[in-house]
Amino acid sequence: MAQANFRADVPVTVDEAKCIDGCTLCVDMCPLDSLAIHPETKKAYMHVDECWYCGPCAARCPVDAVTVNIPYLLR
Amino acid sequence: MEIPHVADRRHLECDVLVVGGGTAGTMAALTAARHGASVLIMEKAHVRHSGALAMGMDGVNNAVVPGKATPEDYVADITIANDGIINQRTIYQTATRGFEMVQRLESYGVKFEKDEHDEYAVRKVHRSGSYVLPMPEGKEVKKVLYRELRSRGVRAKVQMTNRVMPVRVLTENGRAVGAVGFDTRSGEFVTVAAGAVILAAGACGRLGLPASGYLYGTYENPTNAGDGYAMAYHAGAELSGIECFQINPLIKDYNGPACAYVANPFGGYTVNGEGNRFVDCDYWSGQMMAEVKREIDSSRGPIYLKLSHLPDATISEIEGILHTTERPTRGTFHAGRGTDYRERDIEMHISEIGLCSGHSSSGVWVDEHARTTVAGLYAAGDMACVPHNYMIGAFVYGDIAGEDAAAYAKGAARPELPEDQIAAAHELIYKPASNPDGPPQPQVEYKLRRFVNDYLQPPKTERHLSLGLEAFERMRTDIDQMGARTPHELMRCAEVTFIRDCAEMAARASMTRTESRWGLYHSRDDWPLQDDENWFCHLNLSKDSSSGEMRFDRRPVAPYIVPVPGFVRPDGVPDAAAPRAGELAAAWR
Repeated sequence: MAQANFRADVPVTVDEAKCIDGCTLCVDMCPLDSLAIHPETKKAYMHVDECWYCGPCAARCPVDAVTVNIPYLLR
Repeated sequence: MEIPHVADRRHLECDVLVVGGGTAGTMAALTAARHGASVLIMEKAHVRHSGALAMGMDGVNNAVVPGKATPEDYVADITIANDGIINQRTIYQTATRGFEMVQRLESYGVKFEKDEHDEYAVRKVHRSGSYVLPMPEGKEVKKVLYRELRSRGVRAKVQMTNRVMPVRVLTENGRAVGAVGFDTRSGEFVTVAAGAVILAAGACGRLGLPASGYLYGTYENPTNAGDGYAMAYHAGAELSGIECFQINPLIKDYNGPACAYVANPFGGYTVNGEGNRFVDCDYWSGQMMAEVKREIDSSRGPIYLKLSHLPDATISEIEGILHTTERPTRGTFHAGRGTDYRERDIEMHISEIGLCSGHSSSGVWVDEHARTTVAGLYAAGDMACVPHNYMIGAFVYGDIAGEDAAAYAKGAARPELPEDQIAAAHELIYKPASNPDGPPQPQVEYKLRRFVNDYLQPPKTERHLSLGLEAFERMRTDIDQMGARTPHELMRCAEVTFIRDCAEMAARASMTRTESRWGLYHSRDDWPLQDDENWFCHLNLSKDSSSGEMRFDRRPVAPYIVPVPGFVRPDGVPDAAAPRAGELAAAWR
């Protein structure tokens, strides 16, 4: 099947300068399991555009590195 | 990804399996453990932030507090809100046990609002009684429950498997004996043998497509994709009132509650485009939703939540509640749009359709002990047919299910698990991984849910519903070809099968009930009148055990145990006596 890679604006952003190596709190808490630790940067990032903009990821981050934006289509 | 062999699996055992660690599920686990059962919670997210309360809740919608309201008032109110089609014995449980539940939650550390006399500050939103009780620190509710599950005494009895998603309940001789699922991160295949199974998997909130077009921008937590409805159906259980959809008045685009329940007591209310009130009662019912839709569609539309007339301090107080509990990104949304409640009223619209007995009445048929029609299988929370049951009802039914299931599991035999059903579930889970180049889940799901909007949104007609059914049959082929490359994608693919099952149930149930009832929830343009002579009954659906086809049965409305002032039963069935104290399930202590 023909396929295309497509770029999406994802709602959750992570400040990599603040994000702590080895911490997985936001990844553990996301109800949709949309966050992951990037294998190269070792920082959290949103790996799929699946978000209820509910907020546990930001609320549980101990260093305030996670921001939940409203998904682009709703903004 | 590599597909595990069907025999290569993690096997777990417990007395009581709880599917879903949300509101009802955590309470079911706590009570079952208290009654001596070993409990396993299978949760596809993380119990700390899962279910409808993922981030919290701003209040209780249905607490019957002694001295403030009576169980009889509450049962009568809900009977009328559901056009009389109700098993009052189920509602009576929520009415009589809700206050005990409030106290139990308080003992765990949940805070409820009290007035200056230290009495519960209940508010009136329903037609006659006052049952709405704010929770000022509602964002802590799941944290408190999680802490309780990890407490000494409970911890040893309750296992939790986060990120493990069940897809089918296993049955043997018509009895629930376990479940099959998989780890949504590692892809590992998982089987569970259990003495009893409690389904507490939430609403089908990912049925209709929100107007924004964003798959996960739903009113309900989008992880609640109708998993429990599909699992109960395939296990042979009856479901009821599926044609009575959930539709809610929400903030346009944000798709969260507006929320008149919170703003009402402060003087906020819903108005049309001309600034006039158009509903006399803000309680969410099918009738209210019909009025909301009519207003939006008219030249007086759209509609707004009006707060701009309130003093600044009051608005700040409302913001303090609405922007911190339940959906805390609401402030972010308004900031992005440049909307300030002080200057502009908030545009509202109506939500996509869903199935949810917490708000309306579509769910798995249960009796007043949370038992489904399958032995050893229970349902609680948004997916159990106890109309308008909301959060307190979910806790009460979790509690009831936990107690009854623990007792059932004690005496239940533990047969070998049925390998044919395990193999079928394995096929359901891993098929998309064998076809990684097939259409991806977001496209398949978008198409499926667009058809849901095209053909199932009220007002409904036979012609539209038939076209919908055709589309949902066609989608079987699309789902068959769907491709996945990771365990995470397999999770979303399995959810698409649940959504399709729910869409088919919603279409067939809506076609079968040839009348209009529950306001907008089941408004049939081709059968515009309520037909009490033929349809004052429950409409239950199930999977026929011999043909495998969906079948429908009418169930009579049980005699009322509480009189309903101003409502005459069209079938003339006389009321029965109210249950004696202690006749229904015992209290949690």
